[in-house]
Amino acid sequence: MAERRGWAVPWRDVLITLLAFVLAFVVGAVLMVVSDAEVSSQFAYLFTAPSLALGASWDKVSSAYAALFAGSLGGIGPITETTAQAAPLICAGLGVGLAFRAGLFNIGAQGQAVVGAMVAAWIGFSWHLPPGLHLLVALAGGVLAGALWAGIAGVLKARAGAHEVIVTIMLNYVATGLLAFALTTTAFQRPGRTDPISPVVDWNATMPRLEGTRLHLGFLIALLAAAAVWFLMERTTSGFRVKAVGLNPDASRTAGMSVPSTTVLAMLLAGGLAGLAGVQAALGPTVAGTPTPLSAGLVGSIGFDAITVALLGRSRPVGTVLAGLLFGALHAGGLAMQSQAGTSAELTTVLQALIVLFVAAPALVTTVVPFLRARRASLTGTTPTTGGLSS
Amino acid sequence: MSTTIRPHAETPAGDQPVRLESREERTHRLSVGVLVLLVGVLLAVLTLSTSGTARFALSDVFDEVQLPTLSLPGLPVVVLCALLCLLAGAGFVVGRLSSRLRALAGTVAGVAFLLGFLTWAAAGRDLPFPVSNQLSGTLTLATPLVLGALCGVLCERAGVVNVSIEGQFLTAAFTSALVGSITGSIPLALLAAVAGGVAMAALLALFAIRYKVDQVVLGVVLNLLAVGLTGFVFDQLVQPAAGELNDAPLLTPVAVPGLSAIPLLGPVLFEQNALAYLAIASVLLVWFLVFRTSWGLRVRAVGEHPEAADTVGISVRGTRWSAVLVGGVFGGLGGAFFSLAATGSFTKEMTVGNGFIALAALIMGRWHPVWATVMALFFGFVTQMASQLQTLSTPVPSQFLLLLPYVATVVAVAGLIGRVRAPAADGVPYDKP
Repeated sequence: MAERRGWAVPWRDVLITLLAFVLAFVVGAVLMVVSDAEVSSQFAYLFTAPSLALGASWDKVSSAYAALFAGSLGGIGPITETTAQAAPLICAGLGVGLAFRAGLFNIGAQGQAVVGAMVAAWIGFSWHLPPGLHLLVALAGGVLAGALWAGIAGVLKARAGAHEVIVTIMLNYVATGLLAFALTTTAFQRPGRTDPISPVVDWNATMPRLEGTRLHLGFLIALLAAAAVWFLMERTTSGFRVKAVGLNPDASRTAGMSVPSTTVLAMLLAGGLAGLAGVQAALGPTVAGTPTPLSAGLVGSIGFDAITVALLGRSRPVGTVLAGLLFGALHAGGLAMQSQAGTSAELTTVLQALIVLFVAAPALVTTVVPFLRARRASLTGTTPTTGGLSS
Repeated sequence: MSTTIRPHAETPAGDQPVRLESREERTHRLSVGVLVLLVGVLLAVLTLSTSGTARFALSDVFDEVQLPTLSLPGLPVVVLCALLCLLAGAGFVVGRLSSRLRALAGTVAGVAFLLGFLTWAAAGRDLPFPVSNQLSGTLTLATPLVLGALCGVLCERAGVVNVSIEGQFLTAAFTSALVGSITGSIPLALLAAVAGGVAMAALLALFAIRYKVDQVVLGVVLNLLAVGLTGFVFDQLVQPAAGELNDAPLLTPVAVPGLSAIPLLGPVLFEQNALAYLAIASVLLVWFLVFRTSWGLRVRAVGEHPEAADTVGISVRGTRWSAVLVGGVFGGLGGAFFSLAATGSFTKEMTVGNGFIALAALIMGRWHPVWATVMALFFGFVTQMASQLQTLSTPVPSQFLLLLPYVATVVAVAGLIGRVRAPAADGVPYDKP
């Protein structure tokens, strides 16, 4: 894929991306209608009384999507919920994207986020430091933990040639298992409790937020992280090396770059960013004002969602921020849709997958949407790539 | 690939040419050696906490033919095993072993480690270590992994990276549970599983071959799609009527007449459910298909060098399509294990990452059906051993024992397997010039 020069807006890409969204929502609507026994039974009368079937379908689909929209963008509350959901996705997505650009498929963002959350939360509730410093130390601890966890995979890849996909998959399980074990020890378990849950993080280590909303420092940190990754990749030698190794390790080696140390560096950075996502989960305040205490499910599936965020964002910082916001909005809206319209929040998972799938296959979008077909000859590969993964 | 070539220290008597050892081989040999040494040291440390005799029960209480329970003196056995490991490790590090001796040393070290570790775990416990349980559990746990890895072998040998084994598993588990619940018939449920697996494989083929989407991207997305679709339909349709729609018949172990009466091996190999037999047969079938048929030759050709294959008149896209779809059959059967052999019902995300472990087995097995099966069995063995050791109440906390298979895989990949090479055109879409 050729680098775009300057700031020219690639209108065609934008159009295809928008159409991919529309297509995904259309497929989602069809799915809703088909899977609702009451609505789909009306289709028996489609030819005698079409208004029955179409009306019922319209009610079903519009109420679900209205709830989805209201839950993600309808007012200050929902919008800040979106930013809160998006912040960890952006951080972990940046990490996965950075590894992609080095030619590494980091499936381990989940495990890296888990150890990041573990260490950040532990510093948060068991150390007692002055305001400001406490948050900083907890944040640094979480990022470092994530970086080191990914570093294991990086070193094993660089030294022994161990396939990073296998190692990161396995480290995900190990991280989850370690968390489960830690929550049974006195260091982590809340005194007086028998279930695996930690104490509440100190106020000094909680990320400051806009009172009454879920907009907290974490979102700002995510944006700063995106800017930092952009600077690193586009303006520093290390970033150039990462990109070069991702594009062609043999040429990079010939040019005198050290492929092993670049691999380790990329994994350390990717893990640090994923660890930051874990920190967000551990220290970001909920609506009530205090962070959710550490438990087995605290990190959710951030690390796996981050892979799709990075793919949709084409491993670029700006794209990752936008994709993170989109998926954050889908997450926030999905919860509202489930509670208000009675439509399973799993629909947002389907939408998420379909959006990435359609964006990745521009040729499909142009086949489905007729008026783009005339210009098909000019179609260029806009497929997100993951770099040289097969090496 | 490396530029430095070091002369091998091996200078056998006679006029054999001096063998050269590439840097890659040397690194591999050293990492194996260090790993075996470390294992030896670990065993040596474990001798400090070994006491009493270790007992191994060779047969279940329910077996017809009762084999004696094997008793080994704990301390001497562990000490011996530790010494053997240290010796083998030293042999690897020094590098004065011929390749045949090296294979022997590796085998000795592996067996010694296993025996030493199990003896330590079983020494002085109230219960004997159940050997036959361990072996039959290994086969059961490995069944879906073997089938998933075979699915991957077929796809990737043809040059299509398949990260979506997990998605194929999940879809097949869902369709087989649904059809099994509605019809109450196991053959139909298995057919539905195959249909589910093939449908996901068709999506993979469509987007990878027709639309040339990056295949790693595609695999991740298809997994997500499978989670979303099965989860959504499950929530909307199946869950409200779970009694009728989520109550599939369960595959029960079938004893092969005659063979199942063989002591020790009989109950292990010949009292399994139908899917385990299918898995064993599938390994042979896939090996035959890939290495002994002209179709298999074509599949390997389009996976290694599609341009050359195209030049001699092989349809690259057609061959890839067929390989991916046939792979889907095995992926589907693997998925059926979760709903039909394990639980008899579907739960959301019930495959819990087994598809990824199958992928790992595939890579560790170097894209070879038999080696991938060995790796799947290895994983099943360690998983089963971890749960057996929990019942023996070893001093290791049970949460750590549950991590054993994953840690063992990382160690094996880093220390024993090393760098692996995928089919040359794996993941590269083919543009007909």
